[in-house]
Amino acid sequence: MKVMVAVKRVVDYAVKVRIKADKSGVETSNTKMSMNPFCEIAVEEALRIKEAGRASEVVVVSMGGEQCVETIRTGLAMGADRGLHVITQDSSSLFPLAVAKLLQALVSSEQPRLLLLGKQAIDDDCNQTGQMVAGLLGWPQATFASKVSISDDKESVCVEREVDGGIETIQLQLPAVVTADLRLNTPRYATLPNIMKAKKKSIQRVTPEELNVVIGSDLEVLEVTEPPKRKAGVMVASVDELLDKLKNEARVF
Amino acid sequence: MNKRCTLLTRLSIRARSTGDEENSSSTTLDTSRYTFFFHEFSLSFQNLIARVSPGKKWLENCRAYSVPASSKVVRDERFATLDDQDIKHFSGIVGSKGLVVDKDELEVANTDWMRKFKGSAQLLLRPQSSNQVAEILKYSSSRRIAVVPQGGNTGLVGGSVPVFDEVIVNLGAMNSIISFDEVSGILICEAGCILETLDKFLADKGFMFPLDLGAKGSCQIGGNVSTNAGGLRLIRYGSLHGNILGLEVVLSDGTILDMLSSLRKDNTGYDLKQLFIGAEGTLGVVTKVAVLTPQKLPSVNVGFLACTDYTSCQKMLLEARKHLGEVLSAFEFIDSFALDMVLKHSGHRHPLPDAKEKFYLLIETTGSNQSHDKEKLDNFVETVLTQGLVVDGTIAQDNTQISNFWHIREAWFLQLPPLGKAGAVYKYDLSIPIKDLYNLVEILRERLGGLATVVAYGHLGDGNLHLNISAPDYDEKASFFFQIEPFVYEWTAAHKGSVSAEHGLGFMKAHAIHYSRSPETVELMRKMKAMLDPNGILNPYKVIA
Repeated sequence: MKVMVAVKRVVDYAVKVRIKADKSGVETSNTKMSMNPFCEIAVEEALRIKEAGRASEVVVVSMGGEQCVETIRTGLAMGADRGLHVITQDSSSLFPLAVAKLLQALVSSEQPRLLLLGKQAIDDDCNQTGQMVAGLLGWPQATFASKVSISDDKESVCVEREVDGGIETIQLQLPAVVTADLRLNTPRYATLPNIMKAKKKSIQRVTPEELNVVIGSDLEVLEVTEPPKRKAGVMVASVDELLDKLKNEARVF
Repeated sequence: MNKRCTLLTRLSIRARSTGDEENSSSTTLDTSRYTFFFHEFSLSFQNLIARVSPGKKWLENCRAYSVPASSKVVRDERFATLDDQDIKHFSGIVGSKGLVVDKDELEVANTDWMRKFKGSAQLLLRPQSSNQVAEILKYSSSRRIAVVPQGGNTGLVGGSVPVFDEVIVNLGAMNSIISFDEVSGILICEAGCILETLDKFLADKGFMFPLDLGAKGSCQIGGNVSTNAGGLRLIRYGSLHGNILGLEVVLSDGTILDMLSSLRKDNTGYDLKQLFIGAEGTLGVVTKVAVLTPQKLPSVNVGFLACTDYTSCQKMLLEARKHLGEVLSAFEFIDSFALDMVLKHSGHRHPLPDAKEKFYLLIETTGSNQSHDKEKLDNFVETVLTQGLVVDGTIAQDNTQISNFWHIREAWFLQLPPLGKAGAVYKYDLSIPIKDLYNLVEILRERLGGLATVVAYGHLGDGNLHLNISAPDYDEKASFFFQIEPFVYEWTAAHKGSVSAEHGLGFMKAHAIHYSRSPETVELMRKMKAMLDPNGILNPYKVIA
């Protein structure tokens, strides 16, 4: 069975982001970019499924400009078999719905039985792509997965989901969409032999036109600003002063 | 020393042997180190620290081990003992907020990072300006009051804590950044600035501090300069002797020596600032620093590689220099014994779980172009793999992995000793010709048999070995200690190495200078010390015993 994993190239988790001077977005040039941490967890899960003998092939797919290839290579270095790169003019115009439509087209040509994604990207925190693509495909979905087990007959998958009330366990018929949450697994380090092998693995390129998808969005980013800076605390000299401040400044009582 | 019971468990701390009876006192949490810890570590680590949280168990794990009685030091009776007049005078200089007599705060300032050395200072001063430092020293000189200049107190040779009751002059309150020139990259700041704070300030401007070490969250630049700290990136950015452009130093008689030039080139007369860089506070107190800072380059890559034997490690260094050349920014090694203890106690996972090799290398590249560097790294990796120099390895795929690898390398300073995880640790910091470096480790292992664990790691690219011998408990009568010293020093001297590559001599190695310096050189050092500090009040009992 084929497993497809969608990964996104984002500003590295550990980087302190800055806003561009024109407030149109976050500064990404000269900033360290890496694979979205949740996507990394999704790739790791796909590899574990393959190592358990439940899958025969893991395909990593990413969308955006030329640099996406690096992210796909990371996935290949971890152990994926093949890469798919959907080339677009630039990555900033790809909102979740467009990505979902592209994934729908890719799924219909690749025919995977399981589509894995990270639950959300750390740059936009949308948490929409997995759900949208499941809706477009008409596939069952299990989001915020903290445990994934493919059944022996590879016809269904049992997923434990982290929800507000606790852990929900559901069973889905394959093919299905699953999005990974933080505690699903700890991604492996890409070892040298695999990094070397990854250079020879194929990355197929397609354009949105070839997939008959029109990239457009009903959303327009108007402005990106920093949140207000935390105000420094104030030291008070006495309990009376504290009560005074609580009453008159903070208006607690 | 008063016996005092606090809410926390009583700790038994053996004072340095002066031939007196065993002293014991309780200690409180070293909160400055705790802020440092939370500062430094990622989420997984904070979980670990939370579990090993301050409390009885934690304190029980942290035992202090005193230095062996190999050097019996006696308080120099020429130094005055503080009286109320002195305290009043100092209070007039630094004000009430600059005068510390609180027992708990003094306890912390009197104890070194390794909890190996403990002084009994009754007074800590926190001057807020160079003028205050000058007045303190002028008065101390006239009264013959001994002083210990102190920064972040992260030194490993007992150089930053009093031996007896010397007054501690802590520069931590002098922490302002004076100026930064964004064209030349020259930073001028006061000596009490914490290294990490400076680095963060520079990062915002697109620059970086040319020095990096595990203690960066606590150490102060004045201390770094005074110890000529080497750090992790010396192989790329050179030593402080090259990067420091100017200093302001206060001499023992209170003279403020303004050598705070910020010129890249200045060949007018003798370059006196070089004397104070590495003098460990015995010739003068550094109060201001002018540093040349390099650009912060965006492309950083870190590889964690496994080698079967030490010869491969040496060849790796050659290959790294050949293929990575100008982008190589760190070349560190850690042996399997050291790595095993780190993984056991630090909560990190093994970057190469399948590798069972004896040596691991951490190689870092820093450059201006990610794709160029990746290509260089790929070529390098392919070459060393085909030559069989590395058996396995991994290249960090994101910044979190990079910091994980570095934490593993730095854990022997940051976590194991302060958390008491490695028992009694004897640390040696040696410069040895690279080809002979690891021989010492193997010889020592044989010599000690199973009595202690010998672990090794260090800046292989600089030929700097950090030898750590971990015993389950400290016992100064333990026969194995006498198998270590003076053997380590003698072996190093025989191989024309240095008994202190970067940690300095401090108190611990004050007696060992002759292993690495000729008698004539030491004699000239004594003359300089006598000239610059005739009353001998600056950090006595240290560096040159």
